[in-house]
Amino acid sequence: MLKIKNLKANIEGKEILRGINLEIKPGEVHAIMGPNGSGKSTLASVLAGRDIFEVTEGTVEFNGKNILDMSPEDRSCEGIFLAFQYPVEIPGVSITNFIKAAVNSHRKYRGLDPMPPAEFLKLMKEKKALVEIESKLTNRSVNTGFSGGEKKKNEIFQMAMLEPKLAILDETDSGLDIDALRIVANGVNALKTKDNASLVITHYQRLLDYIVPDFVHVLYNGRIVRSGGKGLALELEEKGYDWIKE
Amino acid sequence: MAKKEDKIINELKDKEYEFGFVSDIDTEIIPKGLNEDVIRLISKKKEEPEFMLEYRLKAFRHWQKMEEPDWAHLNYKKPEFQEISYYAAPKQKPKLNNLDEVDPELLKTFDKLGIPLEEQKILSGVAVDAVIDSVSVHTSFKETLNERGIIFSSFSEAVKNHPELIKKYLSSVVPYNDNYYAALNSAVFSDGSFVYIPKGVKCPVELSTYFRINAANTGQFERTLIIADEGSYVSYLEGCTAPQRDENQLHAAVVEIITHENAEVKYSTVQNWYPGDAEGKGGIYNFVTKRGICKGNNSKISWTQVETGSAVTWKYPSTILKGDNSIAEFYSVAVTNNHQQADTGTKMIHLGKNTKSTIISKGISIGQSQNSYRGLVRVSKNAVNSRNFSQCDSLLIGDKCGAHTFPYIDVNNTSSIVEHEATTSKIAEDQIFYCNQRGLSTEDSVSLIVNGFAKEVLNKLPMEFAVEAQKLLAITLEGSVG
Repeated sequence: MLKIKNLKANIEGKEILRGINLEIKPGEVHAIMGPNGSGKSTLASVLAGRDIFEVTEGTVEFNGKNILDMSPEDRSCEGIFLAFQYPVEIPGVSITNFIKAAVNSHRKYRGLDPMPPAEFLKLMKEKKALVEIESKLTNRSVNTGFSGGEKKKNEIFQMAMLEPKLAILDETDSGLDIDALRIVANGVNALKTKDNASLVITHYQRLLDYIVPDFVHVLYNGRIVRSGGKGLALELEEKGYDWIKE
Repeated sequence: MAKKEDKIINELKDKEYEFGFVSDIDTEIIPKGLNEDVIRLISKKKEEPEFMLEYRLKAFRHWQKMEEPDWAHLNYKKPEFQEISYYAAPKQKPKLNNLDEVDPELLKTFDKLGIPLEEQKILSGVAVDAVIDSVSVHTSFKETLNERGIIFSSFSEAVKNHPELIKKYLSSVVPYNDNYYAALNSAVFSDGSFVYIPKGVKCPVELSTYFRINAANTGQFERTLIIADEGSYVSYLEGCTAPQRDENQLHAAVVEIITHENAEVKYSTVQNWYPGDAEGKGGIYNFVTKRGICKGNNSKISWTQVETGSAVTWKYPSTILKGDNSIAEFYSVAVTNNHQQADTGTKMIHLGKNTKSTIISKGISIGQSQNSYRGLVRVSKNAVNSRNFSQCDSLLIGDKCGAHTFPYIDVNNTSSIVEHEATTSKIAEDQIFYCNQRGLSTEDSVSLIVNGFAKEVLNKLPMEFAVEAQKLLAITLEGSVG
């Protein structure tokens, strides 16, 4: 599904990613761990197409297509979803209107007419139940005045609505209490099928108790320095990151 | 980051004026120029009574002694008043019984604008008094309104049929010598709308007038007079679009609103006159005087405006809160793009006790445009326990445009409270990326964010107008369609 080969990227001339290689197949959950500043969030942003980063080398293929030449919105419509570490506020735009615009933009990309309102409302209700968000929340402006937990739940709700093929969760666990963490993780797990995949970026092993990865990669200094199974996360938890830096 | 913003700005700037077409209607125009003979001719062509001619001449003589004001934050070439033709009337049969009798070219024009009269009459329950150039050509819903004693007609008809009301109320809020453009309007105004709601009557439909400027080089001087008698209510809508052309066109309208005891007038405008091309060539000069008076106790006037057009806008819908406990509101969205300039805002003059005013102004600047809010809140000595709340928010798109806020506050007693809040923000690159990541194009993202920014005001518009306003905002903001 996703094939990253020798990916190098920099921001304002500073190299952050120094040759990433990673392959993700349908149905798999991959976790990326690593210390602060190792390039985890940069990888997420580059995959989503944020243009403040410049890709200098390497290729990224998504379902056989080279996505590095695609606009961020086209990548989204191809099925890449990024749950942001810091979701931005959009004052005055309700979640309902926002996600309706997004859903219909995806449909347009696939040559479909906008979703009929009744069908849309039904879908919303279903997905809201899935991620256990309060009904009222979707009437509020996107992320405006939301608590940390509400912001992250909103991300998972949008993910549920857009049904991506690849979900990238960028430190979704940061700033969450244990209950919110459970809800978010349950949402992610409920959305899992044999055809989609997840890339979970996290600092802590804690999230991986809830979202169990098939593979764990350690990112350090812009490269994946170690890969393994779930056991690797536990090892990191125990030993910290220092030993991989050697 | 800079690259991305430039791209957005370029897309926005390239949006052409969608309604730029010229319809070929046979128009009767009097020669260019302005003097007493021209004024006599206008008055004669309109078959006006003597008092109207005297009023016009008085205003004209005063106007000749006045200087064009230049205190606004605007920069434009002053109009050549002798190069303007002051009267243009579509050549029509004098009376029309139904749409079939209307000039087909005119109907086509309305179709292009998406305002088929017949459909509007049936579907939306809006009574439409369509004004093309200066003379009213079509009036509908008259019977419904007649039954309740509501008068909704062209200004000329009102002069003929209700001279006593015209005599009593004309210039009672905006004196003929109020300002340069109001004086000019008083001298030469060609037509406009007149509304009278009798005592205790709630107007069951929203009254709507579509204005268009059509003939080249024809200044349009509209006059609107709305009177709500004791305990009455009316919602009045005004919307405009104009065809594209090279020479600047002058528009200097005057709107007067009077509310008596316990009466309420809700006045909504969507203004989309041709703003000029991307280089700032052409476009309408919109110098408007709009003022209302809450004359009776417990009366209310509410102004809502969405301003997207005109090359230069100079407009301050204002309210004099004379009656005790009277309420005034001003909700405004003003968008400027390319080289557009807008100096707009309101004046709230508190005279009565316990009077309350609210000002919500949202300015959006794009390209190299300049967008200014100018507002005055004056609380007189006798207006005890009065309140004002003002909020002025500016949104900048790109780094070549400007937003300015000029609040003037003058409070003359100690029991009143006046609050002013102002913010300036930019559409952030991370907001756009967030929307992009959800599958929205940059154009759609900007449109969504701007609509959100303006929501507080858009929500104040009547339903069918709100939809139109949202479309208009999207059109103004989008790069190219399709």
